[in-house]
Amino acid sequence: MSSSTTVTPTKMWSGGKSPFNVEYGKLMMWYFLMSDAFTFGAFLISYGTIRFSSNGWPDPNEVFRSFPFALEGVHAPLVFVSIMTFILIISSVTMVLAVHAGHNMDKKGVVRYMIMTIIGGAMFLGCQAWEWNHLYHEGAWWGSNPFLNHDGTASSTNFTNYFFTITGFHGFHVFSGVIINIIMLIMTLTNKFEERGHYLMIEKAGLYWHFVDLVWVFVFTCFYLI
Amino acid sequence: MEHTHTEQHEGKGTKEIWKVTLILTVLTIVELGLGFWMMGMPLGSGIRLAVKGAIVILMMVKAFYIVAYFMHLKHEIKNLIMTIVVPLALFIWFIIAFLYDGNSFKNLRNTYDPHYKEQSTIKIEKKEEHKSEEHHSEEHAKPTEEKH
Repeated sequence: MSSSTTVTPTKMWSGGKSPFNVEYGKLMMWYFLMSDAFTFGAFLISYGTIRFSSNGWPDPNEVFRSFPFALEGVHAPLVFVSIMTFILIISSVTMVLAVHAGHNMDKKGVVRYMIMTIIGGAMFLGCQAWEWNHLYHEGAWWGSNPFLNHDGTASSTNFTNYFFTITGFHGFHVFSGVIINIIMLIMTLTNKFEERGHYLMIEKAGLYWHFVDLVWVFVFTCFYLI
Repeated sequence: MEHTHTEQHEGKGTKEIWKVTLILTVLTIVELGLGFWMMGMPLGSGIRLAVKGAIVILMMVKAFYIVAYFMHLKHEIKNLIMTIVVPLALFIWFIIAFLYDGNSFKNLRNTYDPHYKEQSTIKIEKKEEHKSEEHHSEEHAKPTEEKH
């Protein structure tokens, strides 16, 4: 990549160089993430529309109050999901560190931080699996909602339908992200990037992984906090 | 010469990462604090709405830090930033239009469908706590027995 960023804007678009100053794959990753952002946006806005059109809605602090290995009757609203949030934030941080190690051509660093990122993703998926399993055993699933509205009136199945669809779609993204990260780790270990002379693939995988974290910020706020 | 230059840049880079990590952690803790504070507030009160608004603003700030620093968008050139950010401005219309529509649908239904409105005001007796999960489905199946 040339470092001559002092070119005038007219020259920028006259061909011969990327007007975005990034390589093709990274630009396409950005475009893919934008389309994905609109998919998630459509899901979340649809959820918001239905919630705004309902007279009542379950209280998230009533629904999401359980914790693994907690005693019967002990309720800890928000605690479990905040642990999940921190796991994802920390795994995002280790991913940036992996990208930085890649900039320095530091293979050992890339391997170390990629392993940490993969572990973080797997932990998040484990937490989500536990939560889904717990809710399922409470009687919540697509088309079945055992919870009452906040004001004590009967609730429709909209709440559980949206919850399982959107967290499921996000969880599927986390799962694919973990798979992509494992592939990146294998490629690093087999010296694929050393031979290429750059670790740009790690950056692209990193963009995807940060996007997954970004979506969780919105899902966490919309379902668990407000 | 060039080597030292890149080293300096990387050093600054990791410092930035830790700074952003700290900011994201603090914002999340503040969000959770607001969430716990909100639990005791009466439904539909103005302060509850204000806290929800504050949480949404904090969410946007977190999103900004993740996109700008972790996804590195802030350090890209302007062409790329504009290509990403300008289409996302559609969300402003998207959110306002659809939430307004949902709210309007609720009001129309409550005005013109009295049966619906009446149905949504009937309170159901809360299930007793400390019920084991196996009993739960039975209890759900015969709610009239439970009340006696």
